[in-house]
Amino acid sequence: MNLDSKIPAGALGDKWTDYKATMPLVAPNNKRRLDVIVIGTGLAGASAAATMGELGYNVKAFTFHDSPRRAHSIAAQGGINAAKNYQNDGDSVYRLFYDTIKGGDYRSREANVHRLAEVSADIIDQCVAQGVPFAREYGGLLENRSFGGVQVSRTFYARGQTGQQLLIGAYSALSRQISTGKVTMYNRHEMMDLVMVDGKARGIIARNLLTGELERHSAHCVVLATGGYGNVFYLSTNAMGSNVTAAWRAVKKGALMANPCFTQIHPTCIPVSGDYQSKLTLMSESLRNDGRVWVPKKKEDAVAIREGKKTALDIAEGDRDYYLERRYPAFGNLVPRDVASRAAKVACDQGNGVAPTGLAVFLDFASAIQRYGKSAAHSQGLDESDQALIKKLGEQVVEEKYGNLFEMYEKISGENPYKFPMKIYPAVHYTMGGLWVDYNLQTNVEGLFALGECNFSDHGANRLGASALMQGLADGYFVIPYTIGTFLSKEIRTPEIANDSPEFIKAEKETADRINRLANSNGSQSVESFHRRLGKIMWEYCGMSRNADGLTKGRKMVRELRDEFYKDVFVPGDADEYNPELEKALRVADFMEHGELMILDALDRAESCGGHFREEYVTEDGEAKRNDADFTYVSAWEWDDNDPKLHKEELVFDNVELKTRSYK
Amino acid sequence: MKLTLKVWRQKNSKAKGELESYQVEASEHMSFLEMMDVLNEQLIVEKKSPIAFDHDCREGICGSCSMTINGSPHGPQSGTTTCQLHMRKFKDGDTIVVEPWRSSVFPVIKDLTVDRGAFDRIIQSGGYISVNTGQAPDGNAIPIEKDLASNAFDAAACIGCGACVAACPNGSAMLFTAAKVSHLNQLPQGKVEQTRRTASMVAQMDKEGFGMCSNVGACEAECPKEISIEHIARMNREYVASIFGGRKS
Ligand SMILES: Cc1cc2nc3c(=O)[nH]c(=O)nc-3n(C[C@H](O)[C@H](O)[C@H](O)COP(=O)(O)OP(=O)(O)OC[C@H]3O[C@@H](n4cnc5c(N)ncnc54)[C@H](O)[C@@H]3O)c2cc1C
Ligand code: SF4
Ligand code: FES
Repeated sequence: MNLDSKIPAGALGDKWTDYKATMPLVAPNNKRRLDVIVIGTGLAGASAAATMGELGYNVKAFTFHDSPRRAHSIAAQGGINAAKNYQNDGDSVYRLFYDTIKGGDYRSREANVHRLAEVSADIIDQCVAQGVPFAREYGGLLENRSFGGVQVSRTFYARGQTGQQLLIGAYSALSRQISTGKVTMYNRHEMMDLVMVDGKARGIIARNLLTGELERHSAHCVVLATGGYGNVFYLSTNAMGSNVTAAWRAVKKGALMANPCFTQIHPTCIPVSGDYQSKLTLMSESLRNDGRVWVPKKKEDAVAIREGKKTALDIAEGDRDYYLERRYPAFGNLVPRDVASRAAKVACDQGNGVAPTGLAVFLDFASAIQRYGKSAAHSQGLDESDQALIKKLGEQVVEEKYGNLFEMYEKISGENPYKFPMKIYPAVHYTMGGLWVDYNLQTNVEGLFALGECNFSDHGANRLGASALMQGLADGYFVIPYTIGTFLSKEIRTPEIANDSPEFIKAEKETADRINRLANSNGSQSVESFHRRLGKIMWEYCGMSRNADGLTKGRKMVRELRDEFYKDVFVPGDADEYNPELEKALRVADFMEHGELMILDALDRAESCGGHFREEYVTEDGEAKRNDADFTYVSAWEWDDNDPKLHKEELVFDNVELKTRSYK
Repeated sequence: MKLTLKVWRQKNSKAKGELESYQVEASEHMSFLEMMDVLNEQLIVEKKSPIAFDHDCREGICGSCSMTINGSPHGPQSGTTTCQLHMRKFKDGDTIVVEPWRSSVFPVIKDLTVDRGAFDRIIQSGGYISVNTGQAPDGNAIPIEKDLASNAFDAAACIGCGACVAACPNGSAMLFTAAKVSHLNQLPQGKVEQTRRTASMVAQMDKEGFGMCSNVGACEAECPKEISIEHIARMNREYVASIFGGRKS
């Protein structure tokens, strides 16, 4: 298979401009006759559906949620990047491009990333115009903050709810198109299969989740914006419903899955506390600006803390290991996510973890409270030797900065983080891997496009903070509305696609069979219990660190689990009714296959890079060892139940020199 | 802790529902929804039908979860969604009654899941600023006073959960609608369309069949995002202005 990334010729900075100037256009009267299906209405899907509706295409949009406003994008806290250089601190399109390539450990495509950086500024303008209430300074202008892995302030934010405010903006634009009739919205509808006619994506089979009815929807092309697959690990910071089904169904129809093993593990999440736990909660990266990460130096102390005989406050300063500051003096607590996560794992694996499970480290604000308290006392002319006063003033500053996060922590853990340091541990957060797409965001299947977290395109082996929201909205507002024309301009003579062709009937029948197989399976174990077991295998063997033996064993275990699943799962209720357990069963079934592919990909990639850490490939001091000579490629997998086939897209770096990331 | 749950069971929108009792063993560290997961797991093992309820983010932001717990929407803790409520708020031996949102405009789909589509239609009637992609001026072209931006934000914090409707003895959707109107109408970008927006969103709200507001204030008390009823007062003023043809700011 020839993987043509369709990168336009020309200098890096001119590619997108030239592309837009020369791309084929679709005239307004023709747009009116072209139908587009958009699956998913998170940031990527809602922005795409709204914009294509505005342009005049007939859009049908689908979400399994009861409203587009509930998509997982809503939960993003920290912010969105853009190369506005409003702070005059030397930011530029090139710098955002460079930071993203480097942060991704040189495993993404230069041209796509540069385009992302170019359109980033337009996103902010668009969102402001929609009424997104970004943080502002006293002068009334937009405020910024910094995020990990960069040296400029380019992150725009809206309190701790940036995702919500951006999604509400995209949802309102979408709602406007729904009210004009240009977008038809299908809530509580799940895409169950992709329908191909003559080698092109021409529609979907959807299940109306309220009635269980299967529906055939046809269009000239299909756009997937269905989010990431972090929930393959069962426990993650993703919303409960996030899943891989739409993307996986596309893979089963021939689309390629790229870099599936690239998973981001976020270092600051509330640790697992019990078997009943359903998901993990992220504590924003911004906390690492002021929090110091440590574990006790002595194992006895760690054990005493685990058993509740001691608390963090009983450990003397000299008996604490501030391991990030020790190992990475240059970046300290602000090393990138992958590095911070691995270091926490190392500390806990050595027996120094602090929660009853042994899997937690401290994130301590005591120094920050002291520092802020002293500075406040000084500037107010108060007694700087009064410890109680300093503490009080310092706590006030910390509350202003992080109050909502501290409150959330307390609600969940029941512990007061002003008094005791927070306990945190890494958790699965984001998936850089996804459907392979070319520069047009088209998959290798003609007429099938993928946007947002469900494609692989921009983040390489590690995503920088505040860049997922940027990518989702870039894809939806500013890329796909143009690039879809490259396909649709060739379709202006294609009449409306019929939904009663043999291809549609066959796909519907296959979907019904797949559903009935699960709905009628009368085993003894719940779907949830299988999902939990799958997650454990994935976490153990394909999680924060991986090795060939473990991966080989993991693959075998996933296969066995899949067999057991089909033999012994119990799905209550019927197929022709509202049945959340059945929905879950169908998603878990797809996670089982996709999980296996992740393992295979991790096995193939015999190097350590970004979020992918292979224990066999480390430097002498235990850092990730990349292998550019052999692995500067995108792995794109073609599914086959016995022997998935690997295709490679070689990555070419014309503008950036490949370097070892160092944060020491 | 050992709990008795009395949960509303209703097979579908047409069926008659009733409360059923269950015993469940929970830990105080569980969230309310995790406790419900444990109960569901128990039901599935017994090959009984699990309790259907909406949920997704489990972080208090998506607005999906929607349980009336001992008579109050989202339960006893103020400023907290059902998913963020933890069992340490309850005592060993407690009996807890769990029902869906009660509103004729939010019909029950199954058990605790209701249909809140009316909220989407209210937004579609005018809860947006009419700007196409690509038409926007520079983000810093219009400075917005920090306090004004902050007030608009307070309204924009609404998660569309519907607890305000469920809490209101009249089943009014004023808090939800006013929050959106107030968010957009306060901002300079939103002012251009404010008269039309207010009128058509209020009209849609009435058309959906939500009740009248009589200033009870229960909505504000139960709102997990603590949206203030002052936004209702603001919307009322603008609504009156919209009827009399004024363009008030
Ligand atoms: C807790 C948390 C905090 C985060 N914070 C930040 C941050 O501060 N900054 C940042 O840049 N990124 C952040 N991220 C990452 C970012 O939020 C996501 O990557 C991004 O929002 C994904 O957007 P999306 O539109 O691609 O997908 P989603 O928002 O996940 O939307 C997926 C859509 O697809 C639909 N869907 C899925 N499958 C189907 C199907 N089969 N049929 C029909 N519909 C389907 C869903 O209903 C939904 O509408 C955070 C992530 C998490 C978990
Ligand atoms: S106003 Fe409050 S209670 Fe009503 S929908 Fe919004 S967040 Fe929920
Ligand atoms: S599940 Fe999202 S707000 Fe409760």
